[in-house]
Amino acid sequence: MEITVSIIVLGVIGVLAAVLLYLAAKKFHVSEDPRIGEIEEILPGANCGGCGFSGCHAFAVECAGASSMDGLNCTGLTAEGMKKIADIVGLTPVAAERKVAVLRCSASCENRDLRNHYDGVRSCAIEAALYQGESDCIYGCLACGDCVAACPFGAMTISSGDSLPRIDLEKCTGCGKCVETCPRGLCELVPLHADRPMVWVACANRDRGPVAMKECGVACIGCTKCRKVCPVEAPEISSFLAHIDQSKCTSCGECVKACPRHSIVTSSSQL
Amino acid sequence: MKTFRKGGIHPPEYKLTAGRPIVGVPVPSEIRIMLSQCIGTPSRPVVKAGDHVVAGQMIAEAGGFVGAPLHSPVCGTVKKLEPTRTPQGIWQDSIVIVPDETQEDAIQATPRDEDEIMALSPEEIVAIVGEAGIVGLGGATFPTRVKLSVPKGKKARTVIINGAECEPCLTCDDALMRTEAQAIVKGAFLIMKATGAPEGIIGIEENKPEAIAAMEAAAKTVPAISVCKLKKKYPQGGEKQLIYALTGRIVPAGTLPIETGCIVDNVATAFAVYDAVRNRRPLTERIVTVTGPGLSNPGNFLVKNGTPLSALIDFAGGLPEEAGKIIAGGPMMGRAVSTLDSTATKGLSGLVVVPADMAERKPSGPCIRCARCVSACPMGLEPYLLMLQAENRVWDDMSAHGVMNCLECGCCSYICPASRPLLDYIKLGKQELRKKK
Repeated sequence: MEITVSIIVLGVIGVLAAVLLYLAAKKFHVSEDPRIGEIEEILPGANCGGCGFSGCHAFAVECAGASSMDGLNCTGLTAEGMKKIADIVGLTPVAAERKVAVLRCSASCENRDLRNHYDGVRSCAIEAALYQGESDCIYGCLACGDCVAACPFGAMTISSGDSLPRIDLEKCTGCGKCVETCPRGLCELVPLHADRPMVWVACANRDRGPVAMKECGVACIGCTKCRKVCPVEAPEISSFLAHIDQSKCTSCGECVKACPRHSIVTSSSQL
Repeated sequence: MKTFRKGGIHPPEYKLTAGRPIVGVPVPSEIRIMLSQCIGTPSRPVVKAGDHVVAGQMIAEAGGFVGAPLHSPVCGTVKKLEPTRTPQGIWQDSIVIVPDETQEDAIQATPRDEDEIMALSPEEIVAIVGEAGIVGLGGATFPTRVKLSVPKGKKARTVIINGAECEPCLTCDDALMRTEAQAIVKGAFLIMKATGAPEGIIGIEENKPEAIAAMEAAAKTVPAISVCKLKKKYPQGGEKQLIYALTGRIVPAGTLPIETGCIVDNVATAFAVYDAVRNRRPLTERIVTVTGPGLSNPGNFLVKNGTPLSALIDFAGGLPEEAGKIIAGGPMMGRAVSTLDSTATKGLSGLVVVPADMAERKPSGPCIRCARCVSACPMGLEPYLLMLQAENRVWDDMSAHGVMNCLECGCCSYICPASRPLLDYIKLGKQELRKKK
């Protein structure tokens, strides 16, 4: 007998709650474009911000309301993925140049002597705020791995060999998280070409030549040799440091051969 | 005995050089004067390579309103202008001077006599302090001219002279108070005159009985100035802590001490003010404590601005083999030195050579929520929480929890039983928040 009372009471409460929830859902219903949800399904969900919006949801909202796909590209998706999104909103995808991150430092422990021992927090941001770092170069990689921790796609690892971060070009989407994380600004986004390798200056040392030379074995000293041999004047030199203008570079590899300091590197060793 | 109201710790003193006299360090073969020696804009050089300068001559002018000029501590020739490393190894512009063999042709200005000093107006005193390049010598290096210019609508009521010297190891202020008590009291009087404050209090920690006796004797001549003994507790010499201990006033968060009518200056600053007014001498040297258990001749040295740190260590007996770390400043708030190629600046209060077995950081463990950091924080913050927020990079939350009030005294890191690097993360948060502004 008692159990029937319980069942009836709970049943009534259940029905009342259901009705209440139904009414509340009706009253407070927010109409959202169903395509936003569909687009979000396709997106990687890393909220990396590489598209220029605050996260995957914001990007999906932007896509759903767009009149053209120009400037709307998820760095974490392939062309195929973007095509799917474009199909959902009934537009044609506008392909963007694919970029990847490269490291502007190639100094392993053999190239620069460790002058002191850092036993503080394993965080580049904290080490950079404290002092010069373990070597004499105040511009180089601190190798504590803030970039590795920040990469939402697992594209970065600290190499066990030279303890510098390595970037997996397959996994890197060019979202730019590492660029904003590195306290020494050593990550740079460069266009990835299907047919030719990338060429960049793997150094950020802005000290005068003789000083830079003492600090690191592969430091750029701003000797301008790269600029002299370049047929398209892609290397620019300021503050004793060369920087390759990627919009001009043709990956001919002349500068890589000419650099007496081996500071210019390429993504392919066959060049 | 008077003290501040919240937190604080009692680190061992290690004041090996207490009671030692002030010894002058010989003029080095080359001096390098950093252009950035005060908080604020770096100074602009007014000399060029090849110029001959005399001791006390201005070699760089103030870079802006919050800035101070620099003067040559020696007679010599400007060799070049080139970057020099800071004690933390960062390159910074500097003026390199090669001192003359003989140092006799210094400016020999006639000192102002008592009547002349009494006749100076507040504005004149502030101007002299500005021209002498005086900055806060406690370590913060805030230009004293700016501090003495009381903003419109504010009134200075109390001048506090900071002789607490709560940092372990350091004894430079102690040495100065023992030997130059009269000058410090007169300097304090000049600061009172410049700011219009009717009273002055000199606060000294109880562990310096000789200094207290000397200062009390000197202060008898000026009725408006009193000496107050303070409890030995770190960070007694923190500006806000000292104001509370001596006057009971609380400086509201995010404001300057002048809000409570207080002007706080270090004893060395007060001495520099007197020296500039009385002897017309700009600030070109200061007392630096070079100490450490392994040094054969530690002491309180009178150091010329721009003297290489290596020369200071050599003068103290050379770097001992068991040295693990050198700290510029006190062991609590100072920063580790990464190169001895750097030179002494106006803000350098000490060099502490720490033996290797004491220098290593202990491995840090997880937070056990014991809240000892909270009890130790003199600003009433929650260091464990701030560190957690910094680890998760939620800077705005740190700001909401008052991280900008942190005075970086290091009590939290010192007291943490798990040796967590609390202050490192808190400093990171402050830096990120300053960047955002």
